[in-house]
Amino acid sequence: MANTKFKDTDMQAIIGWVLRAGVFVSMLVVFIGGVIYLSRHSSEHIDYHEFKGVPDFVHTLPGIFHGILDGRGRAIIQAGIILLIATPVLRIIFSAIGFMIEKDYLYVGITLLVLLIIISAMLTGHGG
Amino acid sequence: MSVLVLTLIILVGSYFAGLLGSLTGLGGGVVIIPLLTIGLGVNIHYAIGASLVSVIATSSGSAAAYVKEGITNMRIGMFLEIATTTGALIGAMLSLLIHAPVIAVIFGVILIFSAIMSLRKKDTTVLQTESHWAQKLKLNGSYPTADGEVVKYGIRNVGGGFVMMLFAGIISGLLGIGSGSLKVVAMDSIMRVPFKVSTTTSNFMIGVTAAASAVVYLQRGYIDPALAMPVVIGVLLGALTGSKILVNSNSSGWLRWVFAVIVTILAGQMIYNGLSGKI
Repeated sequence: MANTKFKDTDMQAIIGWVLRAGVFVSMLVVFIGGVIYLSRHSSEHIDYHEFKGVPDFVHTLPGIFHGILDGRGRAIIQAGIILLIATPVLRIIFSAIGFMIEKDYLYVGITLLVLLIIISAMLTGHGG
Repeated sequence: MSVLVLTLIILVGSYFAGLLGSLTGLGGGVVIIPLLTIGLGVNIHYAIGASLVSVIATSSGSAAAYVKEGITNMRIGMFLEIATTTGALIGAMLSLLIHAPVIAVIFGVILIFSAIMSLRKKDTTVLQTESHWAQKLKLNGSYPTADGEVVKYGIRNVGGGFVMMLFAGIISGLLGIGSGSLKVVAMDSIMRVPFKVSTTTSNFMIGVTAAASAVVYLQRGYIDPALAMPVVIGVLLGALTGSKILVNSNSSGWLRWVFAVIVTILAGQMIYNGLSGKI
């Protein structure tokens, strides 16, 4: 670890940047979607007392994609939220690369294990 | 209630939740969920989804700053994330089996615990000895103080901390909160990580734990964009304001008391509503 040029401090700087950029970009997308959504639906009445799940165009990835193409506010917000959820996951991937450059293989393994747990959450979520 | 009115109420409420959360070190989620469920009659599943998303936003936002300053111990964070993400996955699964009133009661109990934790006196002695596992996992570290000194510290009871983190993860997945107070217990009291390091590392970990359960909730349709939008924006702006205030003042003692009292009242209401079947 001491012999390499790449150090923990470099990794800290990069990860700090990833987190900041992720939050900024996703908030911008959520805000744009929010403005569009409110400009169309602001006077409608809404009730969240009963749990019904969310409509299809903000639930499935193809639905969100088509929703964005149609300029639907809630689909854009949901895309921003997905970016936000992806930010910490992206942070893990960058840590794995960082530990790899440091040749700290124990921590490459630990980082990949965490990533594997999150991926299994993605895969089992539907059936769960 | 019209969409515009609901959005504005949630935005303002979330702003104050984020502000108080960052000033006291408790997450905003503990205020958001009671506000949405008790205050606005939102189903607890939607409330959990929205709160979880706001937790990711504030955690990533504040972790960015701490990581750069070199206070966060990334190895401790990474290692313990094995426990918290596994727990979060179990918790998100459990939330399907457990009825809403029971979730409300558990939430109330955790709220009261968080309030007590925020008032607790901090032990500032730094451990110098190193345990076998801490050495093997390279968990011992150092952090810079305000005067530019570097403090070295050792870690103990890695196994105990790991088990506590598993529990923190389950609660986080089940309730849609960061469960930062439980994470700090695991690192602070069990592993004896110095307070400054444990709070910032907990913050760093919360985003990943919450992301693990958020992917499950997203697929189940718990995350409603129209509700999540004012919550994330409000909480993040509130947290930003809070961190600015915090830099300029040191006297957050009375604020902790105010927050602890608010949280305890909310907890009582959640427990009462859960037991009387109103949620």
